[in-house]
Amino acid sequence: MISDGVVEDEEKWLSAGIAGLQQNAFYMHRALDSNNLKDALKYSAQMLSELRTSRLSPHKYYELYMRAFDELRKLEIFFKEETGRGCSIVELYELVQHAGNILPRLYLLCTVGSVYIKSKEAPAKDVLKDLVEMCRGIQHPLRGLFLRSYLSQVSRDKLPDIGSEYEGDADTVMDAVEFVLQNFTEMNKLWVRMQHQGPAREKDKRGKERGELRDLVGKNLHVLSQIEGVDLEMYKEIVLPRVLEQVVNCKDELAQYYLMDCIIQVFPDEYHLQTLETLLNACPQLQASVDVETVLSRLMERLSNYAASGSEVLPEFFQVEAFAKLNNAIGKVIEAQENMPIAGVVTLYASLLKFTLQVHPDRLDYIDQILGACVKKLSGREKLDESKATKQIVALLSAPLEKYKDIDTALNLSNYPRIMECLNDGTHKEMANVIVQNIMKNKTCISTAEKVDALFELIKGLIRDLDGDTHDELDEDFIEEQNSVARLIQMLHSDDPEEMLKVIQTVRKHILTGGRKRHPYTVPPLIFSSLKLVRRLERQDESVSGDEVSTTPKKIFQLVTQTIEALTSIPVPELALGLYLQCAEAANDCDLEPVAYEFFTQAYILYEEEITDSKTQVTSIHLIIGTLQRMHVFGVENRDALTHKATGYSAKLLKKPDQCRAVYACSHLFWLDDHDSIRDGERVLLCLKRSLRIANAVQQMANATRGSSGSALLFIEILNKYLYFYEKGVSQITVESIQDLIKLIRNEMQGDASPSDPAADAFLASTLLYIQFQKDKGGAVGDKYMLITD
Amino acid sequence: MNYIIGAFKPACSITISLADGNSRKQVALKENGKTVLIPIFHNQETISGKISIEPILGKKVEHNGIKVELLGQIEMYFDRSNFYDFTSLVRELDIPGEICERKTFPFEFSTVEMPYETYNGANVRLRYVLKVSICRNYGGGIVEYQDFVVQNYSPPPSINNSIKMEVGIEDCLHIEFEYNKSKYHLKDVIVGKIYFLLVRIKIKNMDLEIRRRESTGSGSNTHVETETLAKFELMDGAPVRGESIPVRLFLSPYELAPTYSNINNKFSVKYYLNLVLVDEEDRRYFKQQEINMYRLSETS
Repeated sequence: MISDGVVEDEEKWLSAGIAGLQQNAFYMHRALDSNNLKDALKYSAQMLSELRTSRLSPHKYYELYMRAFDELRKLEIFFKEETGRGCSIVELYELVQHAGNILPRLYLLCTVGSVYIKSKEAPAKDVLKDLVEMCRGIQHPLRGLFLRSYLSQVSRDKLPDIGSEYEGDADTVMDAVEFVLQNFTEMNKLWVRMQHQGPAREKDKRGKERGELRDLVGKNLHVLSQIEGVDLEMYKEIVLPRVLEQVVNCKDELAQYYLMDCIIQVFPDEYHLQTLETLLNACPQLQASVDVETVLSRLMERLSNYAASGSEVLPEFFQVEAFAKLNNAIGKVIEAQENMPIAGVVTLYASLLKFTLQVHPDRLDYIDQILGACVKKLSGREKLDESKATKQIVALLSAPLEKYKDIDTALNLSNYPRIMECLNDGTHKEMANVIVQNIMKNKTCISTAEKVDALFELIKGLIRDLDGDTHDELDEDFIEEQNSVARLIQMLHSDDPEEMLKVIQTVRKHILTGGRKRHPYTVPPLIFSSLKLVRRLERQDESVSGDEVSTTPKKIFQLVTQTIEALTSIPVPELALGLYLQCAEAANDCDLEPVAYEFFTQAYILYEEEITDSKTQVTSIHLIIGTLQRMHVFGVENRDALTHKATGYSAKLLKKPDQCRAVYACSHLFWLDDHDSIRDGERVLLCLKRSLRIANAVQQMANATRGSSGSALLFIEILNKYLYFYEKGVSQITVESIQDLIKLIRNEMQGDASPSDPAADAFLASTLLYIQFQKDKGGAVGDKYMLITD
Repeated sequence: MNYIIGAFKPACSITISLADGNSRKQVALKENGKTVLIPIFHNQETISGKISIEPILGKKVEHNGIKVELLGQIEMYFDRSNFYDFTSLVRELDIPGEICERKTFPFEFSTVEMPYETYNGANVRLRYVLKVSICRNYGGGIVEYQDFVVQNYSPPPSINNSIKMEVGIEDCLHIEFEYNKSKYHLKDVIVGKIYFLLVRIKIKNMDLEIRRRESTGSGSNTHVETETLAKFELMDGAPVRGESIPVRLFLSPYELAPTYSNINNKFSVKYYLNLVLVDEEDRRYFKQQEINMYRLSETS
């Protein structure tokens, strides 16, 4: 409420000020039009008196100032004309100083001063010096800032710069610089003072208002940077030391932060590079509350960009030992500001790191040094929990990864893992994720066990439960993370099988610590990775035979067995079963019968002991059948044992339709196209007949329980099996049996009690269509099909 | 330029024309609401000219003699009736007789002592006048006046020290000020500096005033009148310790006169520079310093 009132009042005052200004401006214009110098001075002074107000906030005052500024431009033109009409400029310069009020007087003085310099009747430097000196009369911060800003504005194009028309004798650039520096110093003093005047309760408000005014002060630095004559030498010897002196001595947090940033932004990169030491030395001297880390970060960012602009500038960096200086300065700043938040410290190191990566990409020792310093600062503290700090650490640790696109480099940094140690669990995980993502993005190949060991140590946040992190729920993030790890495991590769084995062993060592939650995600890729190695060895064995290798498939299989056993402790038997079967198949490819048999045995044991859910049983049995079908390594006896078991399992499934399907699937176990030894038509037929029986039983059960027969789907499926084997030439499958079956199906489907089943109808139709198609195709197969009539 | 006082039906008109009236420098003076231009003379100058008397058409003026007087007078406003003539010179122009037609008389006061300057103050006036009187037996005399101004130049003083002083209120405000001279000519510029040694009060602004102190009479009858002739803002806002504020005050826009001390034992006029600091509660803190004013020859 109160502030509303203030704002309203302010509006009122502003409009009153504008009205007064416009009125006097009107009279001033009349005087200008009639060339009446006396009146022009009188009314312009009255007009400028509106700027004497203390009631406006900087924002509103600026509005008023801008209006006055426009009017003063007209007055300046008039003054210029007046000197053309014979009024001497010196006289004018005196005349405006007769004004009794200081603020209008000084505005007028600056305006005439501008004309004075243009007239070149006196050296520009003298006029400027006089102006900047006279402006001391305004000690009111707001009014002083605007007046001096006006002075700066009108004098900008009149500085006795090199190459300027106002350049006088030698060294006049110095005068220009001196002038701007002085104006800058005074403005800064006023600006800083503003903070300390007025009631304490409005401190925050004043801080805000000062923020609005900062560009007025900063503009001077911009002007300095625009002076042609300020070469590196002068910048180094005069400009920078003077500016810094002011910055340091003003002891004002806001000013120091803003001006340091200003210096960094307005002056050229190469100047910064050459004066790095001076600039950096100022940093520890700033107030403790100044956000030095941001300032330094910006500086390093600028320098990094400069370094990135071209390789030709890099020698400059080496020459000035930029890294050493920056590193040193950061150390000092951190030392000087005892209660700098840890986030700030990390920010600083992160910036330095980025800089180093840009300038000295080849100096890993530097990078390690930075990380080491960071570790020193971080160790002995609580693990970091502050979000800002952790964010910065992640940035710090990600930088080298991004730069080198290669985890190898990071693994060479001895301090890298030590920083990771300092992270809290959440951040550790996050960082580990970043690392993993980076590896995957860059498709980095990690090929030695040693590195893998280091890497997994680094990302242990993902690999195992860190202390205190024992919650059991599997949220999406966790799954995502573990999937990443799984992908990572797939990316580990060494061309040397022996090394690869070591890699696998290392990974195994790590993931086995991961606990039951992770194993389902991490074990499979390891197994597959191992099997990949097995297959590679197998291929190599064919080409390079007789080579003495310690890495044998057998050894790997042992390892794999042990690994899968880890899964058995957790209730994921179907996964373990799948893996056993995969292994069995790999063993099959290696012609290792006993191994393959063992794997099957394990799978069977799992099936019998662990898999109790009927649905899982169904999928598992199909897996078993599928795998077993492809096995060729087994002798008759083993195969018989296994197939026998498999058919046994099939027949024991709980639901009849499942039984039926499993049983007819078993028929494939007895007929392999590419193996003459496994062609047992009798048993194929047996399986099919058995499945038919079961299908019948299903129908009867349906009749009994629901009063209607079930779908004929199972029969049609069995028909398809018949057709398959018939086509393959199994002699036990006769045309008659097929025709009978078709008839049976038709009966089933036309029966009154049978429900209409569009899926079954469509299936049958396409099966018949297939028969017709094969007939039409002709040839041997076609002839065979011709026999089928319905 | 003709100015007739006290003659309701003048029988003749009197014209006083000074020998170099056209070329002589003049000042504008305000008198009875009118601005008139009055010639300027200096000490020990010769004042000469012509006086023409022209009777009204067809009339003749009988007289007991015609004379011209040069008078230097001091007039106190609180005692209007009394003129003090500090200078009085007379030249007889004509013996008693009659004037029938226009008649012109030359006159001359050579190297007149006019040590004092013309002055118009608050309570006192110093004037110079030429008075032409036609003495008559009847109808009263006919009198005509011609004012003129006397200004006397002083050479630049051989010693002209600056004014420098440190003043203050203990633990509250300490300043040091410096004016470049203690003696200024009328078109001079006061240049100086105010240096703040200690500031514990909230200053709003700082002005420099020029004050004129006119004292008339003597003894118990002394009247002192102080006028502020100039008020010039030097500083806006509150300075902090260590600030120094420049002073540059042009005297030319102000109507100043030289310092007069004890003119004919009647009056003195002194000038002061008054430095005034005003705080936020409008309390005034000031320090007054006398300065000596003098008139510098404009050609020098």
